[in-house]
This record gives sequence, C-alpha cells and structure tokens, in this order.
Amino acid sequence: MKFALLDYHASNMFSLIAAFKRLDVETKIVTKEDNFNEYSAIILPGVGNFSSASDITSDCKEKILACVDKGVPLLGICLGLQVLFESSSEGDGKGLEIFEGDVIKFPPHVKVPHIGWNQVFPLMNSVLLKGLENKNWVYFAHSYYPKPRDESIIKGITEYGIKFASVIEREPVFGTQFHPEKSSATGKSILKNFIEYVKR
Amino acid sequence: MPKAKRIIPCLDVDAGKVMKGKSFVDLKVAGEPVKMALKYSEEGADELVFLDITATIEYRKTLVEIVRQVAEVLDIPFTVGGGIRSVEDTYEILRNGADKVSINTMAVEEPAIITRLSKRYGSQCVVIAIDAKRSSIAPSGFEVYTHAARKPTGIDAVNWAKQVEKLGAGEILLTSIDRDGSKQGYDLELTSKIAENINIPVIASGGCGTPEHLYEALTLGEADAVLAASIFHYNEFSIPYVKKYLYEKGLNVRLL
Repeated sequence: MKFALLDYHASNMFSLIAAFKRLDVETKIVTKEDNFNEYSAIILPGVGNFSSASDITSDCKEKILACVDKGVPLLGICLGLQVLFESSSEGDGKGLEIFEGDVIKFPPHVKVPHIGWNQVFPLMNSVLLKGLENKNWVYFAHSYYPKPRDESIIKGITEYGIKFASVIEREPVFGTQFHPEKSSATGKSILKNFIEYVKR
Repeated sequence: MPKAKRIIPCLDVDAGKVMKGKSFVDLKVAGEPVKMALKYSEEGADELVFLDITATIEYRKTLVEIVRQVAEVLDIPFTVGGGIRSVEDTYEILRNGADKVSINTMAVEEPAIITRLSKRYGSQCVVIAIDAKRSSIAPSGFEVYTHAARKPTGIDAVNWAKQVEKLGAGEILLTSIDRDGSKQGYDLELTSKIAENINIPVIASGGCGTPEHLYEALTLGEADAVLAASIFHYNEFSIPYVKKYLYEKGLNVRLL
C-alpha cells in the first residue's frame, strides 16, 4: 500500500510522511505531471496558500477527479481540504470543485490564525472520527474554513467564534481542517481510520 | 468552548544537547533532545519550543539534524528558534520538519523578511520572538531588545507587535527580560498590553516559577499560551500536574 502526496512546492510534508511511516504506510511525493494511478490513496497536504495550491491542483484536476470516480480514497488536510471546494476568499483560483461551497475567513472578533488545540465534535457515521467521541482534541493552524452548501457532508464540527465544519466526508473523499499528523494520539487514530478505509 | 490554552515547555539546545539544570537527575536522558521531546509530548505538552543557544556555524548542521530526528518521532507541533540569522536557515529548518520558526533579531533588522516568510510558508509558521524590557523611553513602557536580550533598539514593544502582525506574523513569543529566570511570575502588564493591541496569539515567556504563574499569565495576562522551562526541567511540577491545576481553576486545557 502506497499513498501519493501531492507536492505544492511550498508545503512542508516531512511531518505527514513521518506520520504515515509510523503507521507503516509508504508515501511518495508526486507532482502534477506524475501518473496517480498506481497509488492506493491520494493525500492533499496542508500548508501554503489557496492560490498557489490551486495553480497546482487545477493543472492535475482531471487526473484527481478520474481517480475519485474510480473510488480511490482522497484525503485533504487543512489547505488540502479547502482546495476540494470551489473557491476561497484567501485568493484567486479555483478549487477542485469536488464539493460545492466556498472557503471563508474567520470573523474579525476572533484571533486569526486559529492556532492551537481545539475539539472536534463527531456527527453521525463519521469514518475518520470513529471511536473518538471522548478523545477529540486536535491541532489547528488556519485562518479560513470551508462552508459546504450540502451540510450532509459535514462529519465533524469545531467551535471557534462560530461553529465550522472541521471534518468533511463523502466517500471516497475525506478532509480535515486540522492536522492529524500533529494531533498526537487522536490524530494517529484518525489516520488509522483512514488507512482502514483504504484497506476495506 | 473556545480552543485550549497551550502549555509549551522550552528546551534549550547547546551543541546538540538539551541543557538542563544541575538538579535534574537523569543527565543521560536530559542530553538527548529527541527523548526529551517525546517525554514531554507523552506527558501532554501541547507544543515544544527548541531554542538553539549555541548558534555557531558548525552546530547549525547539528541543529538541522536534531530537527529532522525530532520531526520523525514527534506528533505534536514544534518551533525552532534562537540565533536564526538568514532566510536560508528558516527554509532549512522548515524543510526538515519544524512546524514553525521563531525569529527575533533578523526580524528587527529586516522586517520585510516576516512578509517573505509568511507568503511562502503561511503565517502559521512565522513566530516573532519579542524580548522586551521595562523602559522609560518607550511610550508603552516596554522596549524591544535584540541580540539575545543584550542590545536595546529604541523600538516600542507594543508598536513593534502591531507592526509584525501587519507584516504577516502568525504568533508572538513574548519574553520579559526583567522577569526571565527570576521565577517571580510573568510580567502580566507587558503580556496584557501586547495581547490587547493585536489579534494574533501571544505566548507569554519569562519568569514562571509556579503553576499559579501560568494561571495568571493565561487570565490576567491574556496570553493564549505559556512557555516555561525550569519548572518542568527541574521536575518541580509535572505537565499533567499543572494541566490538572489549570483545569480545576476553570481554564480550558487539553487533558489526555
């Protein structure tokens, strides 16, 4: 089992690679020119800015969508979750438009970036948050959050000034606004749940 | 429920070893940054800060190697700071797995670097360390110092904090030079003054001697996070102990 990690150039993927390695999953950094077909899952990692990520994902949008159509699991983390939507107020460029809705900034009355540990409250039948009802502290580092048009894809909610969607799922596509690779034991369980799903 | 207040142990790294007080018992463990990092993480530290106190060229490579080793095993965020004097250094540290870099002197000398870094890697990985000292010349009463707190700059600490926020800093690591090492408690006036004037998180540092000091900084001082070194290193208070203490006093903290 090997996961593809899409490279946005600017993003730091070392921690994510290390986290999968600790769970015995091999990863390979892929660029937009590469073939995505040989991987068991695609990971869109999480650091950088929407416009620059959008430049990369737009160039390989058809390839990613083709994999998703075939049922290849996709996991977007932080910014990687945001690019699954249509657009972002962070900057120009289109997302992958897998989900309807936009990415917007936190209201001015809260401190941004939202950096630190917060709780994710699982909704019914979440694949990623299975078994984590009481161990729900996860690590966030972001200024924008997704606002899905179809609320049924929201599987986890976090409160920071407002309530926002912190876990999105519509099989085989998943996304977390937080960083599971930085969320200690809880994050490890979430990545394990994803790996179990890939193995299903 | 808002996000949790963070407890951040600080590890001083000198020539590849974590420096600890002489009363620390297990010197062997203390010497290894990776083991120390894991120990704190397992005890419930929310983040770690590694401060390189050597900052000589030959040990830079050692530092990058430590960053890499720590990133391979640690599953909580960590910041690396101390003596970072070039943009290349910050890239090197971030590429090798650190989540954030903390810069001080370099930011004062060339503030545009803050914008460059945050545009490239995102503001969440740019921590600006401000070392401030009480001063009659600064309008806010606090002046910014650089070069490991040795050099006064004439810059007002509150104005500088506002400026770094505008330039793209993600967090401020605020150290009171007057209180650092004193164990008399954080400078609450400094911390609250800065926190009230900016909209990015403030990490209070300098002066922690008891769990009550942490509580004061997170309430009266309006800090979002607290950095402490000696109370954890000397095993005076464990992380689970202080977290339980803060929780019982009504603060929102991440309990394991």
